Amino acid sequence: MAESIRVDHAAHHDDHHGAHHGGHEMSFTEKYVFPLDHKMIAMQYMFTGMFMALIGGFFAYAFRWQIAFPGTEAPLWGQVSPAEYNSLVTNHGSIMIFWVAMPVLIAAFGNYLIPLMIGADDMVFPKINRLSYQIFLISAIVILSSFFVEGGAFGGAWTAYPPLSTKAEYSLTPLGSTLWITAVALEFVAFLLGGINFITTAMNSRAPGMKMWDIPMVVWMIVIASILFMLSVGPLLAGGIMMIFDQNLGTAFFNPDKGGDPILWQHLFWFFGHPEVYVVLLPAVGIVAEIITVFGRKKLFGYKTVLYTAIGTGVLSFTVWAHHQFIAGIDPRMANVFTVTTLLISVPIAEMMFVYIATLYGGSITLSTPMLWALSFIFEFLIGGITGIFLGASGNDIFMHDTYFVLAHFHYTFYPIAIIGTYAGFTYWFPKMFGRMMNEKLGKLHFWLTIIPFNTIFLPLFVLGAAGHHRRIFDYRNFPELSHPWMWDLQALATYSLIVMLLAQIIFFYNVITSWISGPKAPKNPWNANTFEWTATSPPPHGNWPEGLPTCYRGPYEYSHPDRKGSDFWPQNEPG
Amino acid sequence: MILESLLPSASTYAGDIDRLFDVITLLVGIPFLVASYLFFAFIFRFKAKDGKKSMYITGTEHQYMKWIHRAHVPILVFDVIIVVMAVRVWYDVKQNLPEANSTVRVIAQQWAWTFVHPGPDNVLDTADDITTINELHVAKDTLYHYKLEAKDVLHNFSVPAFRLKQDAIPGRIITGWFEPTMAGTFDIQCAEICGIGHGLMPAKIIIEGAEQHAAWVEANSPLALTVAANQ
Repeated sequence: MAESIRVDHAAHHDDHHGAHHGGHEMSFTEKYVFPLDHKMIAMQYMFTGMFMALIGGFFAYAFRWQIAFPGTEAPLWGQVSPAEYNSLVTNHGSIMIFWVAMPVLIAAFGNYLIPLMIGADDMVFPKINRLSYQIFLISAIVILSSFFVEGGAFGGAWTAYPPLSTKAEYSLTPLGSTLWITAVALEFVAFLLGGINFITTAMNSRAPGMKMWDIPMVVWMIVIASILFMLSVGPLLAGGIMMIFDQNLGTAFFNPDKGGDPILWQHLFWFFGHPEVYVVLLPAVGIVAEIITVFGRKKLFGYKTVLYTAIGTGVLSFTVWAHHQFIAGIDPRMANVFTVTTLLISVPIAEMMFVYIATLYGGSITLSTPMLWALSFIFEFLIGGITGIFLGASGNDIFMHDTYFVLAHFHYTFYPIAIIGTYAGFTYWFPKMFGRMMNEKLGKLHFWLTIIPFNTIFLPLFVLGAAGHHRRIFDYRNFPELSHPWMWDLQALATYSLIVMLLAQIIFFYNVITSWISGPKAPKNPWNANTFEWTATSPPPHGNWPEGLPTCYRGPYEYSHPDRKGSDFWPQNEPG
Repeated sequence: MILESLLPSASTYAGDIDRLFDVITLLVGIPFLVASYLFFAFIFRFKAKDGKKSMYITGTEHQYMKWIHRAHVPILVFDVIIVVMAVRVWYDVKQNLPEANSTVRVIAQQWAWTFVHPGPDNVLDTADDITTINELHVAKDTLYHYKLEAKDVLHNFSVPAFRLKQDAIPGRIITGWFEPTMAGTFDIQCAEICGIGHGLMPAKIIIEGAEQHAAWVEANSPLALTVAANQ
């Protein structure tokens, strides 16, 4: 059965196979600018995402400077004006979620790993794949260009609540608002195309013998995330078009003056927005599963349990959106329902955390750079998870809503996901991606200089949030209750920590570039891992396994199996 | 306990929210400490050593899985406690509307607050109403209803000392309540981004004893001002 599907799928993209197997040399443009190879598209997504992360990080620096040292000039930026401040916080959030977390975790890792880990030579629809990146690139250009139009970039927060986002006389960014929502809508289109590819490829192109429970966890997670994304994004895409109409054609979907309802947008936004958290969470959780098993030399504790908790969390995530709107003017009785569903999510997520911690039990743990990142993901995300309980409890949210406590909470979820998860995956698969080993010393230095400042940025913000500090305030000197000297000290600590953390990223890029050029050559399987990608050459050629695609004989996590003599791993492709 | 040490607690329900915060801290703190302890203990205890092979555990064995199941019992119990307490506080602050002694109108716009106080007749929307900008005057130990409106975009009427937040929505009038328990001057902050002046939209709530407040009302009602102007 699997075999016949594979023949089929190979026939479908004959053209691109011909190009490879025929030995025809591809031009630079074919190979790097308009590639069909899933690995090259993955790299396009990866480096575009990292570039956008630098911009998003720099924005954070500029507005954090203004928060901690209002009225002084931020080095390399200058005086931050109120309008700039709003644009910076808005686009920091939008960029980090839509142009960093999504492209890197879903698109880059999805594209790179799915075919390699299921033993396929490429995605099922390589041309849709290429189109997906091209639309994504256009969306990134659109969001960046919004900083250079008259009125400047949109400044109504990444949630873009109307009427502020729909009426130019309120936002004062007539073009920026429209460019923002256009970029977001385009980005969604890109990921819908990518999602189709991921789901189809994982379901249809698996190696012979690879049954459902033999699929590596990260592939499962990216597939579930793609399904969640496709199910949740429809309402917001519709909402985005309604918003563009409201802004430019004079419709009144969200305009209360003409019978529209501004709260409607909030429902559409958060019906997508909450599942979106899990869309980016799941790939990171999958990456961590691959790493802790390899560097713990341990079978994943409860493979099916992890999978079911991911599906359970995904399903529940569709029922919790209004916890973002407790005090938004929705019927107060609804808050009770959404408090219950929100706290219910703690059950599968706690289970997932327990299972990961249990995987460490009885292992043989090596604290390599990827392992440090993976372990820190578990610990930091745990903090993000438990602080969510404070906010899901409606009674407490009356006070905590939109404070720094919220901000610190979701940075303790998104940062482990988007930054720690990415570094974990990137350092783990770097030998496969570039055929070179990274420098471990620099890797660990980069780890500590990132993880310590990360905590000293956001732990103080929990305290400030509990003391009543609101988000998105340009100048706290206007509020006596928010201007106590100890508060300024904590704000300064957070800002200085951010600067240290941003500077530490220089170590990472230095390490990437020098290792890429002159690192020791990577063998096929430097970590003694089981999954298919480690049976291809490092880096794998176009088509992945020119000598023939692998066959699957067992699950992905058979480490330290008692029946296996002589080595502590048992590759999926080895018969016997 | 925790929140009170960080900012004043000046309404009847502020203490309830503070207690809820303390209980949640305790109930999530315990599982967090246990999980962190196990996490670090496993990392140090099971560091790789030469010649030592890992255990082979699939995670379906009862002897191991039972620990995961057992851990769920406290989590579920804690969840139930938190839900019950949260809903009770929520009901009290947001769903329930106790009988009021007085009513004020709060109108948010880009980027200022307008407060309409009832005059000496204690009835809103009459000739003696007192309108102020960025200053809300209320009496201690008096139960107020607020009628919250927005003129342009979303705003949020936030009084941290009361632990109160409520979005203001153009086209709607949202009614809620508070009862100040402490005399003093506290911040009113807009807590929903409302444009470039969002961070520059502070207001004050001035809480005085009943007599001082009555004196303020007398002195500032349009009638008194007219008399003063004529003299």
